[in-house]
Amino acid sequence: MSVFSAIGEEREIDSNEFTPGIEPQATWCPGCGDFGVLKSLKQAMPEVGRSPDEVLMVTGIGCSGKLSSYFESYGFHTLHGRSLPIARAAKLANPGLEVIAAGGDGDGYGIGGNHFMHTARENHDMTYIVFNNEIFGLTKGQTSPTSPKGHKSKTQPHGSAKDPVRPLSLALASGASYIARTAAVNPNQAKEIIKEAIEHDGFAHIDFLTQCPTWNKDARQYVPYVDIQQSDDYDFDTHDRREAADMMFEAENALHEGQVLTGRFYVDDERPSYQQEKQATGEMPEEPLAERYFDEDYEWERTADSLLERHK
Amino acid sequence: MTEDLVWRIAGGSGDGIDSTSQNFAKALMRAGLHVFTHRHYPSRIRGGHTYVEVRASENPVNSRGNGYNCLLALGDSFARNPKENAIYGNEEIKPLAENLDELNEGGIIVYDEGLIDVSEVPNFEARVEENDWNVYPMDLRSLAREHGREVMRNTAGVGVTAALLDIDLKHIKELMRDAMRGDVLEANLDILQEAYDIVSEEEFSHDLRVPTGNHDEDQVLISASACIAYGALDEGCRFISGYPMTPWTEVFTIMSQNLSQFGGISEQVEDEIAAAALAIGASHAGVKSMSGSSGGGFALMGEPLGLAEMTETPVVLIEAMRAGPSTGMPTKPEQSDLESILYSSQGDSNRLVFAPGNAAEAYDQTREAFRLAYEYQIPSIIVIDQKISGEMVNVDESFFDREPNPDLGSVLTEDEIAKAAHHESGKFKRFLHDTENGVSPRTIPGQKGGRFLAAGNEHSEEGHISEDPVNRINQMARRAQKLEAIREDLDTNDASHQTTFGPEDAEYGIITWGSQQGAVMDAVSALNDAGHSVKGLGVSDLMPFPKKDLAAFLESVDEVIVVEMNATGQFRGLARKELGLYGEKMASLLKFDGNPFIPQDIVTAFEETIVEGKDDVSNERTKYLPEAGVIQ
Repeated sequence: MSVFSAIGEEREIDSNEFTPGIEPQATWCPGCGDFGVLKSLKQAMPEVGRSPDEVLMVTGIGCSGKLSSYFESYGFHTLHGRSLPIARAAKLANPGLEVIAAGGDGDGYGIGGNHFMHTARENHDMTYIVFNNEIFGLTKGQTSPTSPKGHKSKTQPHGSAKDPVRPLSLALASGASYIARTAAVNPNQAKEIIKEAIEHDGFAHIDFLTQCPTWNKDARQYVPYVDIQQSDDYDFDTHDRREAADMMFEAENALHEGQVLTGRFYVDDERPSYQQEKQATGEMPEEPLAERYFDEDYEWERTADSLLERHK
Repeated sequence: MTEDLVWRIAGGSGDGIDSTSQNFAKALMRAGLHVFTHRHYPSRIRGGHTYVEVRASENPVNSRGNGYNCLLALGDSFARNPKENAIYGNEEIKPLAENLDELNEGGIIVYDEGLIDVSEVPNFEARVEENDWNVYPMDLRSLAREHGREVMRNTAGVGVTAALLDIDLKHIKELMRDAMRGDVLEANLDILQEAYDIVSEEEFSHDLRVPTGNHDEDQVLISASACIAYGALDEGCRFISGYPMTPWTEVFTIMSQNLSQFGGISEQVEDEIAAAALAIGASHAGVKSMSGSSGGGFALMGEPLGLAEMTETPVVLIEAMRAGPSTGMPTKPEQSDLESILYSSQGDSNRLVFAPGNAAEAYDQTREAFRLAYEYQIPSIIVIDQKISGEMVNVDESFFDREPNPDLGSVLTEDEIAKAAHHESGKFKRFLHDTENGVSPRTIPGQKGGRFLAAGNEHSEEGHISEDPVNRINQMARRAQKLEAIREDLDTNDASHQTTFGPEDAEYGIITWGSQQGAVMDAVSALNDAGHSVKGLGVSDLMPFPKKDLAAFLESVDEVIVVEMNATGQFRGLARKELGLYGEKMASLLKFDGNPFIPQDIVTAFEETIVEGKDDVSNERTKYLPEAGVIQ
């Protein structure tokens, strides 16, 4: 039997395989946008041909962090904002794994902002889904990094004096090689984008708009949405960084004004992933490191054989 | 007893002090001597007062000793502009002026008269006379310039001291040939020989000579940082992540420079939270991993450390302490992070902590830290400090003649997963309650049928988040049970981590932990030589705490001094907490001025307090705390 036989196994995969024996209702409120993410993700998996045993779902803290509980795969429910450093090391340790990281807007753009910038910059081959509902949900409705300017909450009673974070522009400036925005209210587009992101060979960032019916009272906050790829009004080249930047700028301004533009904004198929870069410089072995520990024929070198010479 | 040679080279940071001293130490080691180096450097990139000591003896050496007897004072080529004298003092003379206090009576001074004007060194002539020092000025700068470049004046200095001490140039030349090529090599060889020849012809006023060495085994000159790196590599560690911070950077650098050769991966990342998190992520995915930091950087690791405890992800972290709090004194040693290392992160602490007392122990205990971390699925921390991290000592080459151990510990193969009784359908019971020693079988992502959720929240056997009280108690109890199993494992293991020295039936004891062990060993020898009855204990296991070892030691003596480099007696506090008695037996000798203990500090404290019964010691650099926890 091989070491990680789930990886690369060819078989029909059913989206029901990704349903564990635990119900999301435990945490997520009725009408929560997070259900939409989960559903689109489950539907995308058979299409990309990945089975639960070869997926590592790494999540942060908050309602979004529960995704690893409600999505059946190998999972790591980490700390607030820390999904990315854990996810990217797992990918380096075993590039055969399908690594998906997920978190919320506070998790991803607030406390984990530094990790977001650097993971995008390194262009790890993984998918990062940020559930963006413009609010801290699980801690009961505080202002988040994406809450609109002027947003009032118990912790910001005078209304936020801050401009919201611009996730798409931030991802682009940091170096993400696939950037999209979709919304839970548009499950078909969401599924397609998740599929593209998983298949993309580099860091794929999805700003996933999820409504919060409990703390952002308007459960339809992202309706109506516009799919920019389906609209004649938005014609730009997603492979052109400058045009993508302009489009992101427009989309982010529009969201502040209540207009929801979704779709893929930037795709760079040319840029090598971090793993490829590291392998090219000899900093990373070609074969998955994690396999080595199970290989009985592998000869483990002793430091005494090669490193002590310089100490003599 | 033949006097040991303690040679000190002083100059500015960036003047090649480190490499010169390392070669000098290696040359003496190759000549059959036991060597030990001690570094002192400022938090400054170029310039500033820095020195390295090389102690050489025909017998094994444990510490830098008391004072030194041969100074090579180079100029400081990065001295600040003389206009800044008012702020920094005359920097050019510092390599001479700053080193006089610790020079032993009758010692030798070689200084570069090309750069240093002794008339500016306060009371120089008077001090020379008073201490009977033998002074040999030499224009090292001109000599170096004549044959090559000014920067080679350290080679000229080595030639001078070699002649003065009757050291054969053979080994020094060999080392130069290994390290240099072409014109640079030729120029250095010329400078070395000429300096040696000039001095050899003169008459000396001193009688200090290098001792005769007599190793019968091949030796290597190595630091604890290198030993940690090599121990990790031999134990199958193939992933490291870190962020630079003094003095942790030494381990990180050595690993980064060698890991790819062993097929491993090194990652320098955005911060220490990420660094520890990456090591956890790689370990979760099935690779033996480590990370680490110093003081403030390690404080950031508290968060991921707790995650490793809760998810039972094996990982090894290094804490290379420096003087704190906050950014403290970056290049000065201290042992004041003990309490934060033991208890940082929220919740009940569930980790292993080891503090090796010398380079060889650092290798052994790193291997042990990895073995235990992976066998028992628990984070291990190895505590070193600025002193032990960079000091070099000779170790028998055969010591490193060990087999690698790539074993991932309690990880199942797919065959075993398929047969596991608790694996029926769906998720695998990764956190199974009912185990023999608290260790549940582990699976690795990508293995068929081993799916589980590793959660930083309290979780069920499958890893699902759970606040069920019964599950909580079971999980807490199981995690705590591992520490007891590890204590037993350590006790039955041959490799005792507590080092005892001195006569077994001694009347008094001195206890220390980590890097101060060598100085205590030398102090214990000196005290016994002086007719006292003292034995020593160097403690390396901090968690799980070696209660039996410590209690037995405390029972066997009348009084004990606990020696550690902090202001509050953190180890003594730990011992009191763990043992719950013996407070009346334990006094503390503390030092926190940035300089490690020398054996004499401990000898003086012993004689003044225990022998003479004073309630303090005369050395103003140390602090004496009488017995702990005694109700007055």
